Amino acid sequence: MTVSHINDDAILYVNGVSKSFDGFKALNNLSLILNKGEMRAIIGPNGAGKTTMMDVITGKLRPDTGEVIFGDNIDLTKYDEAEIANLGIGRKFQKPTVIESLTLFENLELAIAGHRSVFQALFHKLSGEQTDRIDEVLDLVALPTRRNELAGALSHGQKQWLEIGMLLVQNPELLLVDEPAAGMTDAETETTAELLKSITGKHSVVVVEHDMDFIKALDTTVSVLHEGSTLAEGRLEDVQNNERVIEVYLGR
Amino acid sequence: MTNTAFNPRSLLASDVGGRRLLMVLLAIAIFVPILNLAVPESSVFHVSTYTVSLVGKYLCLALLALAVDLIWGYCGILSLGHGAFFALGGYAMGMYLMRQIGDRGVYGNPELPDFMVFLNWQELPWYWSGFESFGFAMLMVLLVPGILAFIFGLLAFRSRVTGVYFSIISQALTYALLLAFFRNDMGFGGNNGLTDFKDILGFSLQSDATRATLFSLTAIALLLSYLLCRWIVDTKLGRVLIAIRDAESRTRFTGYKVEYFKVFVFVLSAMIAGVAGALYVPQVGIINPGEFSPLNSIEIVVWVAIGGRGTLYGAVLGALLVNYAKTYFTGAMPEVWLFMLGGLFVISTIYLPKGVVGVFQKFKSKVAVEPDDPSIQSKEAAS
Repeated sequence: MTVSHINDDAILYVNGVSKSFDGFKALNNLSLILNKGEMRAIIGPNGAGKTTMMDVITGKLRPDTGEVIFGDNIDLTKYDEAEIANLGIGRKFQKPTVIESLTLFENLELAIAGHRSVFQALFHKLSGEQTDRIDEVLDLVALPTRRNELAGALSHGQKQWLEIGMLLVQNPELLLVDEPAAGMTDAETETTAELLKSITGKHSVVVVEHDMDFIKALDTTVSVLHEGSTLAEGRLEDVQNNERVIEVYLGR
Repeated sequence: MTNTAFNPRSLLASDVGGRRLLMVLLAIAIFVPILNLAVPESSVFHVSTYTVSLVGKYLCLALLALAVDLIWGYCGILSLGHGAFFALGGYAMGMYLMRQIGDRGVYGNPELPDFMVFLNWQELPWYWSGFESFGFAMLMVLLVPGILAFIFGLLAFRSRVTGVYFSIISQALTYALLLAFFRNDMGFGGNNGLTDFKDILGFSLQSDATRATLFSLTAIALLLSYLLCRWIVDTKLGRVLIAIRDAESRTRFTGYKVEYFKVFVFVLSAMIAGVAGALYVPQVGIINPGEFSPLNSIEIVVWVAIGGRGTLYGAVLGALLVNYAKTYFTGAMPEVWLFMLGGLFVISTIYLPKGVVGVFQKFKSKVAVEPDDPSIQSKEAAS
């Protein structure tokens, strides 16, 4: 698959990235372009390289070959996780990960955009504006009444939302969201899809997901990954009718 | 809701245990010297110099426990080598005290400590210079543990050595220092260490007044260190530390350079441990390589676990309780003490994950339920 539409609007440009673990090619010459304000859903069978791709973009892994360009000309392969987060890329993990022994408010306080150094943390004070923003996001993720409770007391789905809320206050240009609907009820899944759709445009969003209903609800361009490279790209209906995709999903 | 200014009153507003602890510390810092020096020995209120020195020693160990709780309880760094920083602070103080002996040693050499004369050394090694000055020695009490912790921490945390692997290499660190300090040619007195101290800043270490003063200074050092630690864990920095403890990768992907936060708190903790060692040495009258023993470092962790990890005052309480028990039982039935210590650790890990402090909290919340305060309920629910 070749990169078809390189343009100035691209926020993320993954170009020919390969990564192998002990000979197993997790990513094989993977290329992907994401435009500013675009939402992209990534699907693919287990082992297709979805999480590895996220790891490479967010600096957790260094690719063996290839480049990952963010914005105009920032080569992400030269930075670590914290630096990439500060460049404007937020990531939600597959397993919801929040700080369980801090309150919801404190979780969001840590995530809110701003300085990240040791000494600034020592003398940090939230501005009124930031406090308002945190409360706004608590409303957005439907958890305003639990503001001062510990995050550990939340249900699985609520933790997912809190984590998405943490990404929102971080205000990244690009959000990478790994299986946001995992472990959610149907109603929660629907709300999550709405939430992600509502923030698209202001942010660019990449969603990795298995749940086809959820992908359908997102109503956006889908990339199918298989054995570490892009197999197909397009609307969900088109992709679902693609013969190679059917072959990969239904077995050989 | 955040304390940015260093204001003890607002700092302790929600820290009942800490408030009580500090009041006790302040009280003993003032009254113990009076009861020791001004009250006649015949009176029941008299506190013997033996007791003063013993409790002073406990307070030093409590300070050490506080240092360990700061990194372990709040940042999840389980150091099994913190005794090394304590011992280094102790050696820095010991070197000053050795230089104070002057020509009053057995060999009467005005420059060289006895053990160097014994080894036929002609002059003082370069790293002993400066230690005749109290100010310089006190600086080294902070800097030597601090710099070692900085280098060790930077290497370990940058390479993302965490969890049990970090514990093991920290144990190796203190063991390596133990072996090094045992060697006579290191110039620190070999296995005898540094001892036979005479005086500190011109005051005789044998006098009751000096001992009582050291006691008060130790209590005050513990009080101030407690306030410093409480302040730090109450700032946003403290919440970043908790975030690192609970979800390190989340913290990284939120944009925090985890290794810098860890190095900061590790260095601070090592310095507090150094101060504890420096206060310990003049009160016990000796520092030897035994203080580097890995077992000592493990014991510190046991005190913190038994007292209650991640509360600060729990660590202090644990150190005092366990060391009192140690003094008692090693006298009454020495052969069972180690079994008791091991047993206590196992019991507290399995049945009292929050230590003695946790038992008190549970008891209190049963006695006085506060249904109106949702934050208390939720904190209980999560525990």
